[in-house]
Amino acid sequence: MAGSMWFLLFIYLFTLLVLSIPLGLFMAKVFNREKTFLDFLLVPVENFCYRIFKIDARAEMRWTQYAFALLVFNLVGLVLLYLLQRIQQFLPFNPRHFGAVAPDLAFNTAVSFVTNTNWQAYSGESTMSYLVQMAGLAVQNFLSAATGIAVAIALVRGIVRKETKTIGNFWFDLTRSVLWILLPLSLLIAPLYIWQGVPQNIHAYTDVNTLEGAKQVIAQGPVASQEVIKELGTNGGGFFNANSSHPFENPTPLTNFIQILTIFLISAALCITFGKMSGDKRHGIVLLVSMILLFVTGFFFAYKFEKAGNPQFAALMQRGTVENMEGKEVRFGVLNSSLFAVVTTCTSCGAVNSMHDSFTPLGGLVPLFNIELGEVIFGGVGSGLYGILLYAILSVFIAGLMVGRTPEYLGKKIQSFEVKMVMLGVLISPACMLVLAAIGVVTAGGMAGISNPGPHGLTQVLYAFSSGAGNNGSAFAGLSANTLFYNILMGVDMLIGRFAMLIPVLAVAGSLAEKKKVPMSIGTFPTTGFLFVVLLIGVLLIVGALTFFPAISLGPILDHLQMLKGILY
Amino acid sequence: MSEINVITQQKNITEPVKTPKPKAGKLFNLKMVKGAIVESLKKLNPVHMAKNPVMFVVEIGSILTTYEFFRVLPLKDMSEIIFVGQITLWLWFTVLFANFAEAMAESRGKAQADTLRKTRKETIAKKMVEGSIETVASSSLKKGDICVCVPGDIIPSDGEIIDGIASVDESVITGESAPVIREAGGDRSAVTGGTKVLSDRIVIKITANPGETFIDQMINLVEGAKRQKTPNEIALNILLSGMTIIFMLAVVTLQPFALYSGTSVSVTVLISLLVCLIPTTIGGLLSAIGIAGIDRVMQHNVLAMSGKSVEAAGDVNTLLLDKTGTITLGNRHAVEFIPLTGVDSGRLADAAQLSSLSDETPEGRSIVVLAKEKYGLRGRDLAGQDARFIPFSAQTRISGVDVHDRSIRKGAADAIINYVKSINGEIPAKLDSITAKIANTGGTPLVVVENGSILGVIHLKDVVKGGMRERFDQLRSMGIKTVMITGDNPLTARHIAEEAGVDDFLAEATPENKLKLIKQEQFGGRMVAMAGDGTNDAPALAQADVGLAMHSGTMVAKEAGNMIDLDSNPTKLIEVVEIGKQLLITRGTLTTFSIANDVAKYFAIIPAMFMAKFPVMEVLNIMRLNSPHSAILSAVIFNALIIIALVPLALRGVSYKPMSAGAILGKNLLIYGLGGIIVPFIGIKLIDIIIVALKLSL
Repeated sequence: MAGSMWFLLFIYLFTLLVLSIPLGLFMAKVFNREKTFLDFLLVPVENFCYRIFKIDARAEMRWTQYAFALLVFNLVGLVLLYLLQRIQQFLPFNPRHFGAVAPDLAFNTAVSFVTNTNWQAYSGESTMSYLVQMAGLAVQNFLSAATGIAVAIALVRGIVRKETKTIGNFWFDLTRSVLWILLPLSLLIAPLYIWQGVPQNIHAYTDVNTLEGAKQVIAQGPVASQEVIKELGTNGGGFFNANSSHPFENPTPLTNFIQILTIFLISAALCITFGKMSGDKRHGIVLLVSMILLFVTGFFFAYKFEKAGNPQFAALMQRGTVENMEGKEVRFGVLNSSLFAVVTTCTSCGAVNSMHDSFTPLGGLVPLFNIELGEVIFGGVGSGLYGILLYAILSVFIAGLMVGRTPEYLGKKIQSFEVKMVMLGVLISPACMLVLAAIGVVTAGGMAGISNPGPHGLTQVLYAFSSGAGNNGSAFAGLSANTLFYNILMGVDMLIGRFAMLIPVLAVAGSLAEKKKVPMSIGTFPTTGFLFVVLLIGVLLIVGALTFFPAISLGPILDHLQMLKGILY
Repeated sequence: MSEINVITQQKNITEPVKTPKPKAGKLFNLKMVKGAIVESLKKLNPVHMAKNPVMFVVEIGSILTTYEFFRVLPLKDMSEIIFVGQITLWLWFTVLFANFAEAMAESRGKAQADTLRKTRKETIAKKMVEGSIETVASSSLKKGDICVCVPGDIIPSDGEIIDGIASVDESVITGESAPVIREAGGDRSAVTGGTKVLSDRIVIKITANPGETFIDQMINLVEGAKRQKTPNEIALNILLSGMTIIFMLAVVTLQPFALYSGTSVSVTVLISLLVCLIPTTIGGLLSAIGIAGIDRVMQHNVLAMSGKSVEAAGDVNTLLLDKTGTITLGNRHAVEFIPLTGVDSGRLADAAQLSSLSDETPEGRSIVVLAKEKYGLRGRDLAGQDARFIPFSAQTRISGVDVHDRSIRKGAADAIINYVKSINGEIPAKLDSITAKIANTGGTPLVVVENGSILGVIHLKDVVKGGMRERFDQLRSMGIKTVMITGDNPLTARHIAEEAGVDDFLAEATPENKLKLIKQEQFGGRMVAMAGDGTNDAPALAQADVGLAMHSGTMVAKEAGNMIDLDSNPTKLIEVVEIGKQLLITRGTLTTFSIANDVAKYFAIIPAMFMAKFPVMEVLNIMRLNSPHSAILSAVIFNALIIIALVPLALRGVSYKPMSAGAILGKNLLIYGLGGIIVPFIGIKLIDIIIVALKLSL
């Protein structure tokens, strides 16, 4: 058991680092306006974009202007995506003639894709036309990811710059994220998927007679193009309802490996970018190491519990242990399913290749816990970096006083405004998760969606709202979420989780940019060493875990303890 | 300013190498404790509590459980009544303990303020009105009034001497019983209301309106009457409030989750959980830590104008220290007599000694001492010998003696050369190389001339105080750069800087380039501390982040700085920095400790909440606490007692030894982070055992 796990982990992390380091350095150049090898091709395209939208991409923005531009851009995207779903019946590329998407579902879906959550209360293959998938959902997959990257870069600028009021230009950051990073990588990877058997067409679904003589409709479409950005942009919204467990989305172990790799890729690379832009690569490495340690720990436990399975089931089968294969694809097995589940929840991706609802209670706790930590273990594209930077600032503040100085992060004094904004950014999601889940479990509308009673049902609801506010989008699949109650409440959950965090982040960026830079000395709180890794992880676990411990103890933990006693749901 | 001028004008500081220990005082005495207990009850006033969000939440919780107690009282469920009653009691104790900590911190300042108030008692002032003197009450004096004081008078208010010189007893303020000299003009002209004139008559121009005098300010400061929260304290309060809010949500949402799970949690238990989770330890001690920090500065006889300046001291990156009196002993010592070729060294020593016999400056005395030690020349009594002493004057910059037919002069090289030239004497060629050599090693050459012919040179040397190098090493290890400020030329300055071990120096310092240096450091993001006393120091003192003005200095300097050293000892800047650091460290460690404590409390309370409905939860009861009631009670009691247990630490401050930030962090994380996780597990278990033994939980 252990051997294959560590081997897979090693290969995975090794490949990840080999790819993310050059990518991270490349991104630093892109956002610093330094020369890159793609410039000859992309600069004309970039300038063309600015020209048609009459944008001065060199105009520096204050954080408020940056936030305003971002909000307007996302609002327009939200409205367009909503309208597109509502009128898809009149538009082309709709071979199955799907009607208009219901208003609450269209709202939920639009919010979901704009916020980079990709919570899917619908089934793609039976709800959305190819046009909506391509021009609506896939486009937002790019744009929401680019928004995340832009904010992360803005925060990094705020930390790095000194005595200035501005943090860059939103349109510049957004455009470059799409043109230099997301599009080229997608174009590079999509052919690999097609080669492995992922469809990329706009054909009508195929009706076939199976060997047993039954009729089957084989859904297909422009899958490969959407599949790439689904992972790369940590979006997670599958073309099909079954997401990455569907053989057309994720046919082979190779595609599976590419998927988990691309989920972490940009988030890992952004740590390197941060190190590069800050002038001391150790700052990025410290974050990366913290993330890796948390990820490996989570994976270790998830795999351990899935491998051990349910002892009651093993007893029934009269065997020592039976690994938990419920809800998992045979071609991935427990190992690849556990890894995927942990990777997709460490980040705010939310693509799934197995059903988290069917995990053992503690095996399922790991994904839930990952989300509740605030999606900072690699985290979403961009949002992972700015999330962990908020925690880094918080750690510096909590423990920084211990060295006898006003806490500083990269030479920037952390004072009351930063603490206020950081607390807001860090706590808004947990608050949202807890309050909405609490509403969910005591109202009829919420209770209606629960498929398993008892602690498992509590976990389902908790997971849903955590997934929403954390902008993850994966589900404890047992919950029936396409109801008015969940569509609206989850929509609110996702919006708060995304934008109520993003604005404080930009505020921190703006405030830090204005500060003087205190030169580092031996008296400076060390934020580059292993000690800081320990501290950061400690603060993450204590602030993150303590908030959720009461709820979790009544959910997965009780579920587990009862399972051991033979009480199952 | 020429060398010799500097020498004679040097302050006559009798130099303790180490600053005197702060006034010894026990942390607790019975009277203080009694007063603090009364105060802590008064502080229950919600208006006061609302300033501290964390403890305010506890108070509201206490009120709610009190209500619960009276609700369950008629239900005759003894077990529940005893439980709710005890929880209520301990929650109130939690609030009271926090108030007690604050009251204790304030009590020392209060006592000091009372003493000061007594000195502020009404005095009679002799006010000059149109040339005649009127006696008026001191409280009626306004800025600009002119008063006269004669020996025995209490100076009626703060002012500046515009005429006369007097010795003044300032012990009410400084605690130092030796009188000080105050005189019109120059840097020693400021007098403080409440001090006593011992000799001579002085005319004072009042510089403060009633209620704004130095003593009034001191009373306000030590009493903390106008205490404003410091920037870090405000930021920390935001953090603690944020955590309180999120824990409130975690606790409030627990009830729906429990209801869903088919059980419910009583209000008392929910409030217990909440109080245990919110950072009450640091929340309860935060203001006490701040007050105690300022008080510690006070015990070093330094008056900090605000808590902000004490905090800023901890942040200082660059320390500007005056050479004279801070780094070196206040005066130079003769170390060698260097005769010119053909002159007997004994003769030089004899002349040097003779000319210095009546020279009462430390330099003069050191020449006599050297002559005695090296050449066995004993002190001579010249009283009856028709000797005429020529005292030092700023114009000639020469001093000396005429006795019988000998006319001896000594002084700075250029002054002596001018003098010799004026009487057509000869300047030996070698003189220049000797004086240059001495100057090059950081010394001061004093040339001795007898009857027009130059005998040789006395080598005067700055003596670096013992232990300074170690202190600068310590400061360096804390990441603080020390810059020596001196009026010396760069060459001399470099030698002393090297000898003392400072990081940098500013030679030929003027008020302008001092100010420039501070601005330059600040531009680079550094925070600067400096000490000063003269009026010309005022701009620099005001510009510096921490400006420590000497009490002996001018009013202008005192107003420009944000701290005043009543002992007028600039070396204290280093202590102030350490106290500032200690203040921040104490806050940081207790915050970390407080948050780390939560882990154990969860393991006490969560299983206790649900064990009745879900017996499997027993697994989480890793401390094996006796019963749900005893478990919750233990956690609440621990939470209350830890505040009291940490009061001494909060008041005294966490022990601080200068070392690198990394080393301090590692050490404190281990003690207060890891310790903060482990200690409550042990504490709660012990309290549980005691509760069971005393049958406090049914």
